[in-house]
Amino acid sequence: MYTQGLSNPDAPAPAKAVEDAGLAARFQDRVDAEERIEANDWMPEAYRRTLTRQISQHAHSEIIGMLPEGNWVTRAPTLRRKATLLAKVQDEAGHGLYLYAAAETLGRSREEMFDDLLSGKAKYSSIFNYPTLTWADMGAIGWLVDGAAIMNQIPLCRCSYGPYARAMIRVCKEESFHQRQGYEIMVALCRGTPEQKAMAQDALDRWYWPCLMMFGPPDGDSTHSDQSTRWKIKRFSNDELRQKFLDALVPQAEYLGLTLPDPGLRFEPGAGDAVKDGAMKDGVRGHWRHGPINWDEFRQVLAGNGPCNRERISARRRAHKDGAWVREAAAAYAAKQAKQKRAA
Amino acid sequence: MSDVKTPNTPLWEVFIRSRNGLAHKHVGSLHAADATMALQAARDLYTRRGEGLSIWIVPSHAITASDPADKGMMFEPTVSKVYRHPTFYDVPDEVGHM
Repeated sequence: MYTQGLSNPDAPAPAKAVEDAGLAARFQDRVDAEERIEANDWMPEAYRRTLTRQISQHAHSEIIGMLPEGNWVTRAPTLRRKATLLAKVQDEAGHGLYLYAAAETLGRSREEMFDDLLSGKAKYSSIFNYPTLTWADMGAIGWLVDGAAIMNQIPLCRCSYGPYARAMIRVCKEESFHQRQGYEIMVALCRGTPEQKAMAQDALDRWYWPCLMMFGPPDGDSTHSDQSTRWKIKRFSNDELRQKFLDALVPQAEYLGLTLPDPGLRFEPGAGDAVKDGAMKDGVRGHWRHGPINWDEFRQVLAGNGPCNRERISARRRAHKDGAWVREAAAAYAAKQAKQKRAA
Repeated sequence: MSDVKTPNTPLWEVFIRSRNGLAHKHVGSLHAADATMALQAARDLYTRRGEGLSIWIVPSHAITASDPADKGMMFEPTVSKVYRHPTFYDVPDEVGHM
Protein backbone atom coordinates (compact mmCIF):
# COMPACT_ATOMS: atom_id res chain seq x y z
CA MET A 1 0.00 0.00 0.00
CA TYR A 2 2.32 2.74 1.22
CA THR A 3 5.20 0.53 0.24
CA GLN A 4 4.35 0.17 -3.40
CA GLY A 5 7.61 1.87 -4.33
CA LEU A 6 9.59 -0.84 -2.55
CA SER A 7 9.70 -2.81 -5.76
CA ASN A 8 11.17 0.13 -7.66
CA PRO A 9 14.57 -0.18 -9.27
CA ASP A 10 16.17 2.50 -7.09
CA ALA A 11 16.10 0.03 -4.22
CA PRO A 12 19.60 -0.27 -2.74
CA ALA A 13 21.47 -3.51 -3.27
CA PRO A 14 21.32 -6.08 -0.47
CA ALA A 15 23.82 -5.51 2.33
CA LYS A 16 27.24 -6.83 1.47
CA ALA A 17 28.53 -7.13 4.99
CA VAL A 18 28.03 -10.55 6.48
CA GLU A 19 26.21 -10.16 9.74
CA ASP A 20 26.74 -12.26 12.81
CA ALA A 21 24.65 -15.37 12.17
CA GLY A 22 24.07 -15.84 15.89
CA LEU A 23 22.67 -12.33 16.27
CA ALA A 24 20.48 -12.80 13.22
CA ALA A 25 19.08 -16.07 14.55
CA ARG A 26 18.40 -14.54 17.96
CA PHE A 27 16.68 -11.61 16.26
CA GLN A 28 14.42 -13.94 14.27
CA ASP A 29 13.62 -15.88 17.47
CA ARG A 30 12.50 -12.67 19.14
CA VAL A 31 10.32 -11.79 16.14
CA ASP A 32 8.85 -15.31 16.09
CA ALA A 33 8.05 -14.98 19.78
CA GLU A 34 6.05 -11.82 18.97
CA GLU A 35 8.47 -9.65 20.90
CA ARG A 36 8.66 -6.02 19.78
CA ILE A 37 11.96 -4.77 18.40
CA GLU A 38 12.95 -1.37 19.76
CA ALA A 39 15.14 1.35 18.27
CA ASN A 40 18.31 0.49 20.20
CA ASP A 41 18.01 -3.28 19.77
CA TRP A 42 20.24 -5.11 17.34
CA MET A 43 18.53 -5.67 14.00
CA PRO A 44 19.69 -6.91 10.58
CA GLU A 45 20.67 -4.06 8.25
CA ALA A 46 18.10 -5.20 5.69
CA TYR A 47 15.35 -5.02 8.33
CA ARG A 48 16.40 -1.49 9.21
CA ARG A 49 16.53 -0.48 5.54
CA THR A 50 13.18 -2.05 4.66
CA LEU A 51 11.47 -0.36 7.60
CA THR A 52 13.09 3.01 6.95
CA ARG A 53 11.79 2.91 3.39
CA GLN A 54 8.37 1.58 4.34
CA ILE A 55 7.73 4.00 7.22
CA SER A 56 9.08 7.03 5.36
CA GLN A 57 6.98 6.20 2.29
CA HIS A 58 4.00 5.84 4.57
CA ALA A 59 4.77 9.25 6.10
CA HIS A 60 5.20 10.85 2.67
CA SER A 61 1.83 9.39 1.64
CA GLU A 62 0.13 11.06 4.59
CA ILE A 63 1.70 14.40 3.72
CA ILE A 64 1.03 14.23 -0.02
CA GLY A 65 -2.42 12.86 0.84
CA MET A 66 -3.32 16.26 2.29
CA LEU A 67 -3.14 17.86 -1.16
CA PRO A 68 -6.07 16.20 -2.99
CA GLU A 69 -8.36 16.98 -0.05
CA GLY A 70 -6.94 20.40 0.68
CA ASN A 71 -8.17 21.21 -2.82
CA TRP A 72 -11.77 21.25 -1.53
CA VAL A 73 -11.46 22.82 1.94
CA THR A 74 -12.35 26.29 0.74
CA ARG A 75 -15.20 24.99 -1.43
CA ALA A 76 -16.92 22.65 1.05
CA PRO A 77 -20.71 23.01 0.73
CA THR A 78 -21.44 23.81 4.39
CA LEU A 79 -19.55 25.00 7.45
CA ARG A 80 -19.95 21.57 9.04
CA ARG A 81 -18.43 19.86 6.01
CA LYS A 82 -15.64 22.40 5.95
CA ALA A 83 -14.80 21.94 9.62
CA THR A 84 -14.75 18.14 9.33
CA LEU A 85 -12.68 18.14 6.15
CA LEU A 86 -10.21 20.53 7.73
CA ALA A 87 -9.98 18.31 10.83
CA LYS A 88 -9.33 15.33 8.60
CA VAL A 89 -6.56 17.09 6.68
CA GLN A 90 -5.00 18.16 10.01
CA ASP A 91 -5.08 14.53 11.12
CA GLU A 92 -3.21 13.50 7.98
CA ALA A 93 -0.48 16.01 8.86
CA GLY A 94 -0.35 14.53 12.36
CA HIS A 95 -0.15 10.99 10.99
CA GLY A 96 2.71 12.01 8.74
CA LEU A 97 4.56 13.45 11.72
CA TYR A 98 4.04 10.36 13.95
CA LEU A 99 5.38 8.27 11.11
CA TYR A 100 8.41 10.47 10.43
CA ALA A 101 9.20 10.25 14.14
CA ALA A 102 8.95 6.44 14.01
CA ALA A 103 11.18 6.32 10.92
CA GLU A 104 13.74 8.60 12.55
CA THR A 105 14.32 6.07 15.32
CA LEU A 106 15.98 3.93 12.64
CA GLY A 107 18.67 6.53 12.11
CA ARG A 108 17.60 8.73 9.22
CA SER A 109 16.66 12.35 9.97
CA ARG A 110 13.30 13.79 9.01
CA GLU A 111 15.01 16.46 6.97
CA GLU A 112 16.81 13.83 4.90
CA MET A 113 13.52 12.04 4.33
CA PHE A 114 11.87 15.33 3.32
CA ASP A 115 14.63 15.99 0.86
CA ASP A 116 14.24 12.49 -0.61
CA LEU A 117 10.56 13.20 -1.18
CA LEU A 118 11.18 16.59 -2.75
CA SER A 119 13.92 15.32 -5.03
CA GLY A 120 11.61 12.56 -6.26
CA LYS A 121 13.87 9.85 -4.86
CA ALA A 122 11.31 8.64 -2.34
CA LYS A 123 7.90 7.32 -3.34
CA TYR A 124 4.44 7.70 -1.86
CA SER A 125 1.17 5.87 -2.46
CA SER A 126 -0.03 5.85 -6.08
CA ILE A 127 -3.54 6.85 -5.02
CA PHE A 128 -2.63 10.48 -4.33
CA ASN A 129 -1.67 11.06 -7.94
CA TYR A 130 -5.31 11.13 -9.00
CA PRO A 131 -7.20 14.44 -9.19
CA THR A 132 -10.15 15.50 -7.01
CA LEU A 133 -12.55 16.91 -9.59
CA THR A 134 -15.79 17.31 -7.63
CA TRP A 135 -17.01 17.55 -4.05
CA ALA A 136 -18.12 13.91 -4.30
CA ASP A 137 -14.43 12.99 -4.45
CA MET A 138 -14.17 14.01 -0.78
CA GLY A 139 -16.81 11.39 -0.06
CA ALA A 140 -15.16 8.77 -2.24
CA ILE A 141 -11.71 9.39 -0.74
CA GLY A 142 -12.93 9.09 2.84
CA TRP A 143 -15.02 6.04 2.09
CA LEU A 144 -12.69 4.19 -0.28
CA VAL A 145 -9.15 5.47 0.18
CA ASP A 146 -9.35 5.71 3.96
CA GLY A 147 -11.29 2.44 4.01
CA ALA A 148 -8.45 0.76 2.13
CA ALA A 149 -5.88 2.46 4.35
CA ILE A 150 -7.58 1.14 7.49
CA MET A 151 -7.53 -2.43 6.10
CA ASN A 152 -3.81 -2.05 5.61
CA GLN A 153 -3.04 -0.22 8.83
CA ILE A 154 -4.85 -2.35 11.39
CA PRO A 155 -2.48 -5.31 10.95
CA LEU A 156 0.46 -2.85 11.10
CA CYS A 157 -0.50 -2.13 14.73
CA ARG A 158 1.05 -5.57 15.40
CA CYS A 159 4.18 -4.93 13.34
CA SER A 160 7.36 -6.31 14.94
CA TYR A 161 8.96 -2.86 15.09
CA GLY A 162 7.70 -1.17 18.25
CA PRO A 163 7.85 2.51 17.23
CA TYR A 164 5.98 1.78 13.96
CA ALA A 165 3.36 -0.35 15.71
CA ARG A 166 2.75 2.34 18.33
CA ALA A 167 2.43 5.07 15.68
CA MET A 168 -0.08 2.91 13.81
CA ILE A 169 -2.19 2.42 16.94
CA ARG A 170 -2.55 6.20 17.24
CA VAL A 171 -3.24 6.55 13.53
CA CYS A 172 -5.91 3.83 13.49
CA LYS A 173 -7.70 5.35 16.49
CA GLU A 174 -7.99 8.62 14.62
CA GLU A 175 -8.59 7.20 11.17
CA SER A 176 -11.97 5.63 11.84
CA PHE A 177 -13.65 9.04 11.75
CA HIS A 178 -12.20 9.64 8.30
CA GLN A 179 -14.00 6.76 6.67
CA ARG A 180 -17.30 7.58 8.36
CA GLN A 181 -16.92 11.24 7.35
CA GLY A 182 -16.51 10.18 3.71
CA TYR A 183 -19.35 7.69 3.71
CA GLU A 184 -21.65 10.29 5.25
CA ILE A 185 -20.90 12.60 2.32
CA MET A 186 -21.76 9.78 -0.09
CA VAL A 187 -25.02 9.03 1.76
CA ALA A 188 -26.04 12.70 1.57
CA LEU A 189 -25.30 12.88 -2.16
CA CYS A 190 -27.08 9.60 -2.89
CA ARG A 191 -30.19 10.81 -1.03
CA GLY A 192 -30.05 14.12 -2.90
CA THR A 193 -31.03 15.21 -6.39
CA PRO A 194 -30.39 12.96 -9.41
CA GLU A 195 -27.48 15.26 -10.29
CA GLN A 196 -25.96 14.77 -6.84
CA LYS A 197 -26.34 11.02 -7.05
CA ALA A 198 -24.75 11.05 -10.51
CA MET A 199 -21.87 13.01 -9.03
CA ALA A 200 -21.42 10.31 -6.36
CA GLN A 201 -21.51 7.58 -9.01
CA ASP A 202 -18.93 9.43 -11.10
CA ALA A 203 -16.59 9.69 -8.12
CA LEU A 204 -16.96 5.99 -7.40
CA ASP A 205 -16.30 5.21 -11.07
CA ARG A 206 -13.02 7.09 -10.93
CA TRP A 207 -11.77 5.88 -7.51
CA TYR A 208 -12.76 2.20 -7.50
CA TRP A 209 -9.88 0.82 -9.59
CA PRO A 210 -7.13 3.05 -8.17
CA CYS A 211 -8.27 1.95 -4.68
CA LEU A 212 -7.99 -1.74 -5.58
CA MET A 213 -4.50 -0.98 -6.90
CA MET A 214 -3.54 0.69 -3.61
CA PHE A 215 -2.90 -2.71 -2.06
CA GLY A 216 -0.03 -3.23 -4.46
CA PRO A 217 0.80 -5.88 -7.05
CA PRO A 218 -0.74 -9.36 -6.89
CA ASP A 219 0.99 -11.75 -4.48
CA GLY A 220 2.91 -13.57 -7.19
CA ASP A 221 4.64 -10.36 -8.31
CA SER A 222 5.36 -8.74 -4.98
CA THR A 223 9.10 -9.00 -4.47
CA HIS A 224 9.42 -7.90 -0.85
CA SER A 225 6.50 -9.70 0.71
CA ASP A 226 8.13 -12.97 1.79
CA GLN A 227 10.89 -11.39 3.84
CA SER A 228 8.54 -8.81 5.32
CA THR A 229 6.20 -11.61 6.34
CA ARG A 230 9.04 -13.52 8.05
CA TRP A 231 9.97 -10.35 9.90
CA LYS A 232 6.32 -9.83 10.88
CA ILE A 233 6.25 -6.41 9.30
CA LYS A 234 3.56 -7.64 6.95
CA ARG A 235 0.80 -9.78 8.40
CA PHE A 236 -1.42 -10.23 5.35
CA SER A 237 -0.58 -10.40 1.68
CA ASN A 238 -1.64 -7.73 -0.82
CA ASP A 239 -4.32 -9.99 -2.27
CA GLU A 240 -5.68 -10.95 1.15
CA LEU A 241 -6.10 -7.29 2.13
CA ARG A 242 -7.60 -6.41 -1.25
CA GLN A 243 -10.12 -9.23 -0.76
CA LYS A 244 -11.09 -8.00 2.73
CA PHE A 245 -11.57 -4.51 1.33
CA LEU A 246 -13.75 -5.67 -1.56
CA ASP A 247 -15.92 -7.88 0.66
CA ALA A 248 -16.60 -4.90 2.90
CA LEU A 249 -17.11 -2.53 -0.01
CA VAL A 250 -19.79 -4.32 -2.02
CA PRO A 251 -22.60 -4.10 0.57
CA GLN A 252 -21.69 -0.47 1.34
CA ALA A 253 -22.05 0.45 -2.34
CA GLU A 254 -25.30 -1.46 -2.50
CA TYR A 255 -26.70 0.53 0.42
CA LEU A 256 -25.89 3.74 -1.42
CA GLY A 257 -27.60 2.43 -4.55
CA LEU A 258 -24.38 2.89 -6.52
CA THR A 259 -22.86 0.49 -9.04
CA LEU A 260 -19.23 -0.59 -8.84
CA PRO A 261 -17.65 0.05 -12.25
CA ASP A 262 -16.52 -3.56 -12.55
CA PRO A 263 -18.29 -5.74 -15.13
CA GLY A 264 -16.24 -8.73 -13.95
CA LEU A 265 -17.43 -8.43 -10.33
CA ARG A 266 -19.00 -11.68 -9.14
CA PHE A 267 -19.82 -13.50 -5.92
CA GLU A 268 -18.21 -16.83 -5.23
CA PRO A 269 -20.38 -18.49 -2.64
CA GLY A 270 -18.83 -20.39 0.26
CA ALA A 271 -15.61 -21.17 -1.50
CA GLY A 272 -13.68 -21.14 1.78
CA ASP A 273 -10.32 -19.79 0.76
CA ALA A 274 -7.32 -21.68 1.99
CA VAL A 275 -5.71 -18.61 3.50
CA LYS A 276 -2.64 -19.17 5.66
CA ASP A 277 -3.42 -16.86 8.52
CA GLY A 278 -5.99 -18.03 11.04
CA ALA A 279 -7.63 -14.64 11.27
CA MET A 280 -8.61 -14.78 7.60
CA LYS A 281 -9.79 -18.39 7.64
CA ASP A 282 -13.34 -18.48 6.50
CA GLY A 283 -14.72 -21.73 5.23
CA VAL A 284 -18.33 -20.66 5.18
CA ARG A 285 -18.72 -17.15 3.86
CA GLY A 286 -18.18 -16.56 0.18
CA HIS A 287 -16.15 -13.77 -1.40
CA TRP A 288 -16.65 -11.07 -3.96
CA ARG A 289 -14.19 -11.33 -6.84
CA HIS A 290 -13.13 -8.28 -8.84
CA GLY A 291 -12.45 -8.23 -12.56
CA PRO A 292 -8.93 -7.91 -14.00
CA ILE A 293 -6.95 -4.90 -12.70
CA ASN A 294 -5.06 -2.74 -15.18
CA TRP A 295 -1.59 -3.15 -13.67
CA ASP A 296 -0.06 -1.18 -16.49
CA GLU A 297 -1.85 1.93 -15.20
CA PHE A 298 -0.52 1.20 -11.70
CA ARG A 299 3.06 0.91 -12.98
CA GLN A 300 2.69 4.11 -14.97
CA VAL A 301 1.47 6.06 -11.93
CA LEU A 302 4.30 4.67 -9.79
CA ALA A 303 6.80 5.57 -12.47
CA GLY A 304 5.71 9.19 -12.21
CA ASN A 305 3.27 9.34 -15.11
CA GLY A 306 -0.02 9.50 -13.21
CA PRO A 307 -2.44 12.39 -13.77
CA CYS A 308 -1.08 14.50 -10.87
CA ASN A 309 2.44 13.27 -10.04
CA ARG A 310 4.15 16.47 -11.16
CA GLU A 311 1.55 18.71 -9.60
CA ARG A 312 1.81 16.97 -6.21
CA ILE A 313 5.58 17.20 -5.99
CA SER A 314 5.70 20.76 -7.23
CA ALA A 315 3.07 21.76 -4.64
CA ARG A 316 5.19 20.14 -1.91
CA ARG A 317 8.36 21.81 -3.17
CA ARG A 318 6.66 25.18 -3.27
CA ALA A 319 5.33 24.79 0.28
CA HIS A 320 8.76 23.72 1.52
CA LYS A 321 10.46 26.61 -0.21
CA ASP A 322 7.87 29.16 0.94
CA GLY A 323 8.29 27.94 4.50
CA ALA A 324 12.08 28.22 4.47
CA TRP A 325 12.11 31.74 5.94
CA VAL A 326 9.92 30.56 8.83
CA ARG A 327 12.32 27.74 9.66
CA GLU A 328 15.27 30.12 9.39
CA ALA A 329 13.62 32.80 11.55
CA ALA A 330 12.65 30.26 14.22
CA ALA A 331 16.17 28.85 14.31
CA ALA A 332 17.70 32.36 14.48
CA TYR A 333 15.35 33.36 17.30
CA ALA A 334 16.11 30.16 19.23
CA ALA A 335 19.84 30.73 18.83
CA LYS A 336 19.54 34.34 20.02
CA GLN A 337 17.47 33.35 23.06
CA ALA A 338 19.93 30.61 23.97
CA LYS A 339 22.81 33.09 23.73
CA GLN A 340 21.06 35.66 25.92
CA LYS A 341 20.28 32.97 28.47
CA ARG A 342 23.93 31.94 28.60
CA ALA A 343 24.99 35.58 29.02
CA ALA A 344 22.50 36.20 31.84
CA MET B 1 15.92 23.84 -4.47
CA SER B 2 15.91 20.09 -3.78
CA ASP B 3 19.70 20.01 -4.11
CA VAL B 4 19.98 22.19 -0.99
CA LYS B 5 20.00 20.13 2.19
CA THR B 6 17.28 21.11 4.65
CA PRO B 7 18.94 21.98 7.99
CA ASN B 8 17.96 19.88 11.00
CA THR B 9 15.56 21.20 13.62
CA PRO B 10 16.07 19.99 17.24
CA LEU B 11 14.17 16.94 18.46
CA TRP B 12 11.99 16.97 21.61
CA GLU B 13 10.27 14.23 23.59
CA VAL B 14 6.67 14.83 24.60
CA PHE B 15 5.04 13.71 27.86
CA ILE B 16 1.34 14.19 28.55
CA ARG B 17 -0.73 14.00 31.72
CA SER B 18 -4.00 12.64 30.41
CA ARG B 19 -6.06 13.11 33.58
CA ASN B 20 -5.76 14.73 36.94
CA GLY B 21 -3.97 12.38 39.31
CA LEU B 22 -2.10 10.45 36.61
CA ALA B 23 1.60 10.74 35.81
CA HIS B 24 2.93 12.34 32.64
CA LYS B 25 3.45 9.61 30.08
CA HIS B 26 5.71 9.59 27.05
CA VAL B 27 3.64 9.91 23.86
CA GLY B 28 6.19 10.57 21.15
CA SER B 29 8.58 13.13 19.78
CA LEU B 30 8.60 16.13 17.49
CA HIS B 31 10.88 18.73 15.94
CA ALA B 32 10.84 22.39 16.89
CA ALA B 33 13.28 25.28 16.98
CA ASP B 34 12.78 26.05 20.68
CA ALA B 35 10.84 24.94 23.75
CA THR B 36 7.96 27.38 23.26
CA MET B 37 7.36 26.21 19.71
CA ALA B 38 7.79 22.58 20.80
CA LEU B 39 5.04 23.06 23.39
CA GLN B 40 2.69 24.55 20.80
CA ALA B 41 3.47 21.82 18.30
CA ALA B 42 2.89 19.16 20.97
CA ARG B 43 -0.52 20.67 21.68
CA ASP B 44 -1.43 20.46 17.98
CA LEU B 45 0.15 17.09 17.34
CA TYR B 46 -0.67 15.03 20.42
CA THR B 47 -3.82 16.56 21.94
CA ARG B 48 -6.24 17.07 19.06
CA ARG B 49 -8.92 15.08 20.86
CA GLY B 50 -8.60 16.25 24.44
CA GLU B 51 -5.88 13.72 25.32
CA GLY B 52 -4.25 15.86 27.93
CA LEU B 53 -4.30 18.42 30.74
CA SER B 54 -0.58 19.09 30.89
CA ILE B 55 2.42 18.70 28.60
CA TRP B 56 6.12 18.30 29.36
CA ILE B 57 8.70 18.91 26.68
CA VAL B 58 12.24 17.56 27.07
CA PRO B 59 15.11 17.94 24.61
CA SER B 60 15.79 14.42 23.31
CA HIS B 61 19.52 14.81 23.82
CA ALA B 62 18.91 15.42 27.54
CA ILE B 63 17.67 11.87 28.04
CA THR B 64 20.11 9.25 29.27
CA ALA B 65 18.91 5.75 28.48
CA SER B 66 20.03 2.33 29.65
CA ASP B 67 21.66 0.16 27.02
CA PRO B 68 19.47 -2.77 25.92
CA ALA B 69 22.66 -4.84 25.62
CA ASP B 70 23.16 -4.43 29.38
CA LYS B 71 19.64 -5.57 30.16
CA GLY B 72 20.78 -8.77 31.85
CA MET B 73 23.38 -7.18 34.06
CA MET B 74 21.17 -4.22 34.82
CA PHE B 75 18.00 -5.99 35.88
CA GLU B 76 19.02 -9.51 36.93
CA PRO B 77 19.58 -8.61 40.61
CA THR B 78 15.90 -7.75 40.99
CA VAL B 79 14.76 -10.98 39.34
CA SER B 80 16.64 -13.22 41.78
CA LYS B 81 15.28 -11.54 44.92
CA VAL B 82 11.91 -13.17 45.21
CA TYR B 83 11.79 -12.29 48.91
CA ARG B 84 10.98 -8.74 47.84
CA HIS B 85 7.49 -9.92 46.97
CA PRO B 86 4.79 -10.50 49.59
CA THR B 87 3.96 -13.98 48.26
CA PHE B 88 7.40 -15.18 49.41
CA TYR B 89 6.25 -15.21 53.03
CA ASP B 90 4.07 -17.84 54.69
CA VAL B 91 1.35 -16.53 56.95
CA PRO B 92 -0.92 -19.08 58.68
CA ASP B 93 -4.40 -19.29 57.13
CA GLU B 94 -5.96 -18.62 60.54
CA VAL B 95 -4.54 -15.10 60.47
CA GLY B 96 -6.63 -14.25 57.40
CA HIS B 97 -5.82 -11.60 54.87
CA MET B 98 -2.67 -9.63 55.47
